[in-house]
Amino acid sequence: MKYELQLKNIKEGFRKDVENLSQQKISNCYQCGKCSAGCPVAYAMDYPPSMIMRMIQLGMHDPVMSSNTSWYCVSCETCTTRCPREIDIAKVMDTLKIMAQAGKYKLSENEIPIFDWIFLKSIELTGKIYELGMIGAYNLLSLNPFKDVYPMGLKMILKGKIGFIPHLIYNPFEVIKNIRMFNAIRKKDRERIYEKNV
Amino acid sequence: MARIGVFVCHCGTNIAGVVDVTRVAKYAGSLPGVKVAVDYKFMCSDPGQNTIIDAIKKYGLDRLVVSACSPRMHEATFRRTAERAGINPYMVEMANIREHVAWVHSDDKELATQKAMKLMEMAVAKVRRSEALSKMFAPIEKRALVIGGGIAGIQAALDIAGAGYKVLLVEKEPSIGGRMAQLDKTFPTLDCSACILTPKMVAAAQDPNITLLTYAEVTEVCGFVGQFEVKIKKKAKSVNSKCIGCGVCTTKCPSKKALSEFDEKLAPRKAIYTPFPQAVPNVPVIDRTACTFFLTGKCKICEKVCPTGAIDYTQQDEFIKEKFGAVVVATGFDIYDHSNYGEYGYGEIKDVITGLQFERLISSTGPTAGHVTRPSDHREVKNVVFIQCVGSRDEAKKRPYCSRVCCMYTAKQAMLLKDHYPETQAYVFYIDIRSAGKNYEEFVQRAQNEYGVLYLRGRVSKIYERANKLLVKGADTLSGAQVEIEADLVVLANGFEPKKGAKEFAQLFHMSSDQYGFYNELHPKLAPVETAISGVFVAGCCQSPKDIPDTVAMASATAAKVCALFAKEKLEVEPLIAGVNQLTCSGCETCYNVCPYSAIEMKDKEVKRGEVRHVAEVLESVCKGCGACVGACYSKAVDLKGFTDRQVLDQVETATAPITDN
Amino acid sequence: MFKVAYFPGCSLSSTAKEYDVATRLVCEDLEIELVEVPEWVCCGATTAHITSELTAAVLPARSLIWAEKHNMTITSPCSACFSRLKMAQLNLEKYPGLKKEAEEILGETYSGKGEVLHLTRVMLERYGVDNIKAKLKKQLKGLKIACYYGCLMTRPAEVCENDRVEDPMLMDNLVSALGAQAVKWSYKTECCGAAFSLTKTEIVRKLSGDILKEAKASGAELIMVACPLCHSNLDARQPEISKLLKAELNIPVLYFTQVIGLALGYGYLDLMLNKHFIDPAPLLKAKGIL
Repeated sequence: MKYELQLKNIKEGFRKDVENLSQQKISNCYQCGKCSAGCPVAYAMDYPPSMIMRMIQLGMHDPVMSSNTSWYCVSCETCTTRCPREIDIAKVMDTLKIMAQAGKYKLSENEIPIFDWIFLKSIELTGKIYELGMIGAYNLLSLNPFKDVYPMGLKMILKGKIGFIPHLIYNPFEVIKNIRMFNAIRKKDRERIYEKNV
Repeated sequence: MARIGVFVCHCGTNIAGVVDVTRVAKYAGSLPGVKVAVDYKFMCSDPGQNTIIDAIKKYGLDRLVVSACSPRMHEATFRRTAERAGINPYMVEMANIREHVAWVHSDDKELATQKAMKLMEMAVAKVRRSEALSKMFAPIEKRALVIGGGIAGIQAALDIAGAGYKVLLVEKEPSIGGRMAQLDKTFPTLDCSACILTPKMVAAAQDPNITLLTYAEVTEVCGFVGQFEVKIKKKAKSVNSKCIGCGVCTTKCPSKKALSEFDEKLAPRKAIYTPFPQAVPNVPVIDRTACTFFLTGKCKICEKVCPTGAIDYTQQDEFIKEKFGAVVVATGFDIYDHSNYGEYGYGEIKDVITGLQFERLISSTGPTAGHVTRPSDHREVKNVVFIQCVGSRDEAKKRPYCSRVCCMYTAKQAMLLKDHYPETQAYVFYIDIRSAGKNYEEFVQRAQNEYGVLYLRGRVSKIYERANKLLVKGADTLSGAQVEIEADLVVLANGFEPKKGAKEFAQLFHMSSDQYGFYNELHPKLAPVETAISGVFVAGCCQSPKDIPDTVAMASATAAKVCALFAKEKLEVEPLIAGVNQLTCSGCETCYNVCPYSAIEMKDKEVKRGEVRHVAEVLESVCKGCGACVGACYSKAVDLKGFTDRQVLDQVETATAPITDN
Repeated sequence: MFKVAYFPGCSLSSTAKEYDVATRLVCEDLEIELVEVPEWVCCGATTAHITSELTAAVLPARSLIWAEKHNMTITSPCSACFSRLKMAQLNLEKYPGLKKEAEEILGETYSGKGEVLHLTRVMLERYGVDNIKAKLKKQLKGLKIACYYGCLMTRPAEVCENDRVEDPMLMDNLVSALGAQAVKWSYKTECCGAAFSLTKTEIVRKLSGDILKEAKASGAELIMVACPLCHSNLDARQPEISKLLKAELNIPVLYFTQVIGLALGYGYLDLMLNKHFIDPAPLLKAKGIL
């Protein structure tokens, strides 16, 4: 057996934290496995979704937070749509990622957070996504600079599908408004996650 | 002057844990007319009842108040106690300080105690004006109505008839037999369903005490225990009593459009048909929605070929009205319609079939004569997937309950498949195996160990249609694996749900049903076959999903209840009925019009010497004591015995006055 | 004139320019007025909701509020944008705390009463397949099309509303109306891996590969989509997937507005069919459509 469950390694309240932040009743899960059965990416996950639900029920904080499962969730909502207990499992996966990114837990998967950070920065600074800059930055930061450059990237550029100039919001007031908005969101998020997560 | 005794029960800690019972008793002692007030651990026990009897003798009491549990629980007990000590049983009142106080107010003991004191004081106020009433008796029509001709109805009818009472067995379909007739084998013994059922069907048909009424429905019910009056619609069979059941008409009938209900729509059936060869009675009916003659005005082949002239196209639905002393409701179930399961193909994939369809496929009397082939292309099968809990344990589909039998019938079907076709492989997707029953667990183990059925623990997520195959995507949570099986046939273990129209049917009897439409028993443990309507009993799956042994046991239990009722000479009924003061009655007929039981008669009567007036009179054996007439009477001439206006008003006055204990 | 608020989304101004062009062209022809939400910001796509619930609600809320103020149904041709707009609407309704925070940040109130619909539903349900049919210039006879819906316009069931979540028929009905044949297949709503297009490409290759294989096996000659993410995974990555599967898939992937455009008589360049990695010209020529 991989884990030994003892009172001392059960993180008191972990289930409640996840339940509060996701507003989903994880204790409802009766382990039918329908989510794992239909998950298109379960083959790549450390634990299938149903097992993650069980480990949350048991307060097995460390294996849940250090597993790649939530990072491999592609948000296709198949699990949520078919869950007989009406748990929004995809939302629970989102919550695990949000909790991890809030900085309290070690991240198992660094690629996606980098991507997410660049993505949101792009929105913050331009209001939209600037693909070329984003892909370039991502490839650099993930230490894989030539990923997808050939043949797809090149063909994309040749077909005029990726622009060299970011499509900005041209009104500078809008840009400032945008940055202010992101700052306000970050502040509120910090308050909420810490308040519910401590 | 009333001499009242008040007895306060602790009910162990049930009441005493919340209510200060000694304070209640002490307060009772201070009330006018109360000669003695005591509290005791268990009033209903033998020593408790003796305490009451002793007090009655010692203090010369003439009426009692028992502050204890609900009158539904022990009113009868304490009335008997009073009777034993020589007091009229209707001089007893109960104050419910358990359900109404202790169990619901455990968070505030002081207020709970005050409420208990008030309820007790109100009972004292009421009992002060109680009058001695004498028991009443009503006649019993010693004839039972059994509704539903499945195994439950057949068993109940046979048992009641066996005790010597007459039974009318009403069945909606053209034959009795019900769901059990559709099954191939039965678990856990694998004996042939038809082989054990048909003798019972024949016995029911031949029993001189049983009258069969097939193709008939109950449409109206009035009356009450001992005296139900029931209207039954005999649907037009278009075949009269001259029929000898030779079957020529069915053979020659050219219509093949209708689908066989008995074969779960896997095969066509004729417009004139008996549901299956062993049908009882063996008399066909014409389905007028499918019959060429009824649709186009031409054909009449059945009439031409019938050797006895039994075909009668002019037959009309006929209504009969009969009296019964008791009713057994055994209306059965439907299986869950999986067209709600989009992930399993919205009920549109031909090779995804229901468990009941599988029974028909593997039954030698079925449409394929027992050959399990795919409904779509009639190919033989190799890999068959069974999916459990379809329409069971599924909140998202509004069916959170367990249907109880699917685990067992799936194991049975997988075994039968392997038995008939050793080269096939059966896969069962399950969540939990529920095999509580005699020899049930062993049966499921045998399916796995001896027959090699592969059990996989997980719900199937989706069935994908592929050319000639069905791709079943499931999981095995025990190994943490995703499972993909290319199946030829998928059999769903559809759960049970109430018969279509079950709720409307319940309203005929004023029976209550749960949120799904299963009929409610009177008490989940102690009165499992009775309903809240006395004289109406339930058997089988109309009450909840259950297997054949439980159904038969329940049916026999209803028969025992019916026989116990019929064994009485007369029916003792509560004298808590309405009475008219004919001196003040104005004869306005308002009560006559509002009475739901037709228990009021208007009569020209000499109310005083020389004064004949039009007045109301209560038919004592019919009155149910509902009180509608009391409320409706303009001249306050009607009163309800045991609940007189004065009693109720005194209770209200007491309830609104402050508590005066110190 | 039928008027809706139009949220094109980031992809439609770059990788899926042809979708935007074809959509505007077809809508003009059909007299559906698309009013672009001014100064719209990105919906947050696949990242906002896994980073911060509030970001995921605030970003779309700006456009939602604009549409509500102008009393218009808001639509997006991109399934991801539609999903984020719709989920923001649903979440703001479901969680009052979230709504309060979002309104504080935006300094505006949101009633949540405005309608959020995917472009397919605006065009095929509200405007109506029958109305489109009445304006057709050409029948797409003999073309076997697999309609691919993907995840985000069908799931969760709440966003799908009156179509069938496990086997949607909206686009299939359109295909029949255009005179083409909608193939029956069961991978209509499987996931293409959208969110991992850049980060976990191997997953995209597997998932999109499964979809392409299944479409091919069901006899489809063309896949019709209504989402730029699905499109780029099925089309732009198709050469690598073909290589991986060691099979020449060569199945063109067109946006549904492009397919309508063909039936309305528009040409290869009008609909920017040249932008696709898998050139549909040979197929369309063979069928006599181009």
